[in-house]
Amino acid sequence: MPAIELKNICQYICRDVNLKIRDKELMVLLGPNGAGKTTVVNIIAGLTDYRGSVLFDGVAVDKLPANKREVGYLFQDLVLFPHLDVAANIAYGLTAKKQTPQQAESRVKQLLQMMKIEHLASRYPKNLSGGEKQRVALARALAPSPKVLLLDEPLSSLDVPTAKYLRTELKQLQQRLGITTAYVTHDLQEAEEMADRIAVIQNGCLEQVDKPERVFFYPQNEKVSDFIGAPNILDCDYCRSLGKGVMEVGCGGLPIIVPHDGEAVHRIALLPSDIHISETHPPGPEVNRFKALVTSINPTNETVRIGLKAGALNLLAGMPHHIFEDMSLAVGKEVFLILKLRRIKVYENKDSQRSDSN
Amino acid sequence: MLKKIRPGWGLLPVVIFLAVWELVARLNLVPGELSFPPFSVVVLEFYHLTASGVLGDNFLTSLGRVLIGFCAGSIAGIAVGTVMGWVENANKTLHPIISLFYPIPALGWLPLLMLWVGINEMLPIAIIFISSFFPVLYNTVTGIRNVDKQYIQVARTLGASDTRILATVVMPLALPNIFTGLRLNAGMAWRVIIAAEMVAIPTGIGALMMRAESLIRIDIIIVCLIVLAVMCLAFERFFQYLEARMTTRWR
Repeated sequence: MPAIELKNICQYICRDVNLKIRDKELMVLLGPNGAGKTTVVNIIAGLTDYRGSVLFDGVAVDKLPANKREVGYLFQDLVLFPHLDVAANIAYGLTAKKQTPQQAESRVKQLLQMMKIEHLASRYPKNLSGGEKQRVALARALAPSPKVLLLDEPLSSLDVPTAKYLRTELKQLQQRLGITTAYVTHDLQEAEEMADRIAVIQNGCLEQVDKPERVFFYPQNEKVSDFIGAPNILDCDYCRSLGKGVMEVGCGGLPIIVPHDGEAVHRIALLPSDIHISETHPPGPEVNRFKALVTSINPTNETVRIGLKAGALNLLAGMPHHIFEDMSLAVGKEVFLILKLRRIKVYENKDSQRSDSN
Repeated sequence: MLKKIRPGWGLLPVVIFLAVWELVARLNLVPGELSFPPFSVVVLEFYHLTASGVLGDNFLTSLGRVLIGFCAGSIAGIAVGTVMGWVENANKTLHPIISLFYPIPALGWLPLLMLWVGINEMLPIAIIFISSFFPVLYNTVTGIRNVDKQYIQVARTLGASDTRILATVVMPLALPNIFTGLRLNAGMAWRVIIAAEMVAIPTGIGALMMRAESLIRIDIIIVCLIVLAVMCLAFERFFQYLEARMTTRWR
């Protein structure tokens, strides 16, 4: 399985994209709708014209048309051939490659088994459920033993439980086959679960290429930070274990309790929506509750963003408009914060401080 | 999908219609010299015409012309339509020309063809060829161009060449549209040939009708009309059946 390399790719939407996907790696292309993620995989597949160079294992494939590139491509809409039954759909890429009927048949059988869909072999796509279509489409893409697998939001058409289940299965399958994969999604959680590394794409530009936890704890710029929800990222001065799976960390002079056990924590992150604001002193134990001063109020489309100063820390909290209107918040007012314990993410600094961008 | 007409309910209105016809004619309810004959007389005349071979000869003559003209026109239409639908440049070049020819009614060509082809066996065939060619071509182009581009892209990533994609993906998916064209024009061919035979050619069902008119044989005219109705229907149903056979599994 080759490594994929994109060199200075320019196209209608992409602007000078340089990206290396390592051998056997699952690279998630993450970004909002219309960012150019699909365009990037189409370029790898050879379905779109582009300037620049695409290399498989160091060999440029720009001159190769799509039918010679040997990529397996799972389309967002799956696009099973409606006039062929499941077995014929899976066999399509095999007969196209002039395999004998016997070879094709045994390979189809093997894939039907691997995807656990033997009972569907003679059905037509109109009689399949969403999850079944998904498996058939994946089997079809894998049948000709492609060098590279491209998955374009493959789970977006499924209901949430099925998608979650298939996500795990897909990841296991990818690891077992050891196939170099580009996986497109706009879903942050899906990206975190699936990715070996994440490439954040916005407006056709590559903003950051990094391990999932590093994208979250070390967003390279404002755009990446905004896309992952503009979390509050706090450096820890000290940390000590309290046992029972919790740990106390000191951030800007505030003792914060985090749900973590094990290695020392270097950074914690908390989304604005996970900081609760109360005008009165909240009841309950004094854990993760702090006095703070409102420093700014910023209404956006979805939420009202509230800047806060607690101790030496500047924090950003967010709340829905209707809740904001029920409260009488103003700049300079003193309020109480609750940091939602279970929502605090922690980062154990296992690798170097530098972001690895290869 | 059309529902199958159940024989019982489908036939009942027809039987009532024939009975009323018979009654009206027998009781002389329609005034005038040229009142129409009862159904039973028409049936009897049908028998006479068939027994003497007149109807059979003329019918087979017309049928032969329709089959040859329609098949040739459809095959040519599908062939040219496939090229136009698949090759963008061919479409760009030919589309403006086709658009000019398409709206001309097939019978509009008759005077021109009478001079060019002459009054012989080729004339009705040429007329039917034209009446089939353009609509079938049009439906084929539409059918092929309406195939979702993603099917073509996915086939391409699976390693299929362009000709293979055309044969295994595009044509099968365009079939419903092509069959719609064939079905509509199979009936149309009969309408066109009758007109051509009435005006220009001395043999065939249309000519038989015109001779019956000059002899004031209303019964013969009605026999011919019934034969025509049945043939139009049979041709259209045949293609409907073919279309269903080829696509119901997956549609």
